[in-house]
Amino acid sequence: MRISSLAIAVPLLLLTVSCRQDMQDQPKYKPLGANRFFADGRDARPIPAGTIARDELNDTDSFHTGEANGTFLDTIPLKVDSKLLHRGQERFDIYCSPCHGRTGDGNGMVAQRGVKIPADFHTDRLREVPPGYIYKVIKNGYGAMGDYGDQIPVNDRWAIVAYVRALQLSRDATLDEVPPDQRSQLSEERQPQPGAAR
Amino acid sequence: MSQYFSRGANSIARITIFALVVALCSVLWLGYLIVRSPYEMMQNEPREQPVPFSHEHHVGGLGIDCRYCHTTVEDSSFANIPATKICMNCHSQMWATSPMLEPVRESYRTGKSIEWTRVNDLPEFVYFDHSIHVHHGIGCTTCHGRVDKMPLTWQAAPLTMEWCLNCHRHPERYVRPLDQVFSMDYAPPPDQIAFGKRLVREYHIQSLTSCSTCHR
Ligand code: HEC
Ligand code: HEC
Ligand code: HEC
Ligand code: HEC
Ligand code: HEC
Ligand code: HEC
Repeated sequence: MRISSLAIAVPLLLLTVSCRQDMQDQPKYKPLGANRFFADGRDARPIPAGTIARDELNDTDSFHTGEANGTFLDTIPLKVDSKLLHRGQERFDIYCSPCHGRTGDGNGMVAQRGVKIPADFHTDRLREVPPGYIYKVIKNGYGAMGDYGDQIPVNDRWAIVAYVRALQLSRDATLDEVPPDQRSQLSEERQPQPGAAR
Repeated sequence: MSQYFSRGANSIARITIFALVVALCSVLWLGYLIVRSPYEMMQNEPREQPVPFSHEHHVGGLGIDCRYCHTTVEDSSFANIPATKICMNCHSQMWATSPMLEPVRESYRTGKSIEWTRVNDLPEFVYFDHSIHVHHGIGCTTCHGRVDKMPLTWQAAPLTMEWCLNCHRHPERYVRPLDQVFSMDYAPPPDQIAFGKRLVREYHIQSLTSCSTCHR
């Protein structure tokens, strides 16, 4: 008796091996999943018109538009400290440096391969523009440059603006503006590569 | 009266029973091996894609950071696949007439998604979260391999439960400094275990092995 029940149980058990597909591919909606029910073929549904997401209620104030009363903000509406600048540096290197280059002079890897050479940040015109203008370029794009509003959240946009300002300042900084304890370090590093920085 | 079976028959019978059990076990074991073999898990197999997108060119050649395209990998469980618009940031000007990129342009014109083939695909009864791994010093290459050397993307790790647990039991073997998480050519120091133990303390990494961590 034992043997015969085993003979039935073992093949039945083996059958269950192939029965897991329902749990493996569940009929639930996943990010970027495909869906045959909706006409556009996506799991993700568009947001109904008039919906306001959390944090987006105020997207008409100057923090979100970079403008106040029709003119560009001429200050950065966040506390500019080394934390913000480091964040800005990290984000700039991710999102801007492929085209504008790490120092902002417009010779990034992608620019070298054929995208229109983007503006050099170290020109008088771009040194003079208010922070709100640079913010607006990130949010809405400019000419041949696409907009980065979808990729970069508001706070990070301002962090990048602050870092762009720092890049611009660094080109014209004199040795006297460097904190005394770091001066010797700088002049040591500059010696071997004449002409690398202005 | 002569005996039907010789004395030796007793041991033959025992051996037969034993062999049957062994045979049954090895069939089950073989099945288990096949189901989790790299072949069944589709490991190391480049997948066909509607557009032959190459990480080798974009990451290795151009040095674009993962986060330029996989924007949500730091903040969410899901590492976003870039929207068509992100490709068009560059390809509206570059290779703008290449037939290879026609599906991208078509998607941009019509608003229909590009249907990428999934490469890393866990069963849906498993919960996985990118952000927690990225914020605890687990690098992309630990799980996805040298993406910057992939002309077409393939799955580099087995993605079995055993593989997940191996790291959850011994995170000190794999953890790296937070600023190296996105680096492609990071090599662990020779004293990885001692170094890893220090990072595990510093980042407050727990050893998460209860079933409900991943099956929830
Ligand atoms: C895909 C390449 C690309 C990327 C990435 C990119 N830009 Fe640009 N950018 C350009 C191009 C091209 C121009 C010149 C546009 C023109 O003149 O039509 C430009 C111009 C600019 C200008 C000058 C606008 C003016 O008034 O002349 C600013 C400021 C700027 N970009 C900031 C940024 C910032 C900040 C980022 C990162 C968030 C960024 N860009 C990322 C390609 C890029
Ligand atoms: C220029 C945009 C871009 C950049 C930069 C980029 N990726 Fe991707 N990635 C994609 C696209 C598009 C896909 C989908 C097509 C595919 O699977 O090859 C993808 C797919 C993947 C997949 C497989 C997803 C799946 O289906 O399982 C992994 C893993 C991945 N990328 C990792 C990385 C890592 C790690 C980096 C940084 C070193 C990176 N990517 C940088 C665009 C990009
Ligand atoms: C930051 C700019 C940038 C972005 C974003 C970008 N590409 Fe590219 N892509 C390039 C450049 C530059 C080349 C040329 C590479 C070369 O010459 O080595 C290229 C080449 C290609 C090629 C040609 C074949 C090859 O690999 O050389 C394909 C296909 C391609 N990209 C697909 C995509 C897709 C799909 C996306 C969106 C997920 C995308 N690219 C996003 C800059 C970009
Ligand atoms: C601990 C291992 C691990 C690490 C570290 C990791 N991934 Fe993943 N990744 C996975 C697994 C597992 C999947 C499949 C998820 C699924 O099927 O639900 C995946 C899927 C993906 C996908 C496809 C979309 C998705 O979320 O399912 C992309 C893109 C991706 N990873 C990019 C990255 C990038 C970029 C990094 C580095 C910042 C990274 N991954 C780090 C394990 C990892
Ligand atoms: C190389 C190491 C490594 C691998 C491989 C790995 N993990 Fe993890 N995982 C970690 C670390 C480190 C943590 C953070 C532990 C903590 O919170 O202290 C973690 C945390 C998690 C969490 C907790 C998330 C939360 O919100 O509590 C889940 C879920 C998880 N991992 C799932 C997986 C799955 C599923 C796989 C296999 C596909 C996997 N992990 C592979 C290292 C790894
Ligand atoms: C670190 C994450 C993690 C933890 C913790 C974990 N699992 Fe899993 N489990 C997985 C993954 C990933 C798979 C899918 C493996 C595959 O595709 O072969 C899986 C698959 C399974 C399966 C299905 C096997 C199959 O081949 O279909 C069972 C049953 C299971 N786990 C039970 C458990 C139990 C019981 C525990 C607690 C002791 C546990 N798991 C803890 C990640 C985990």
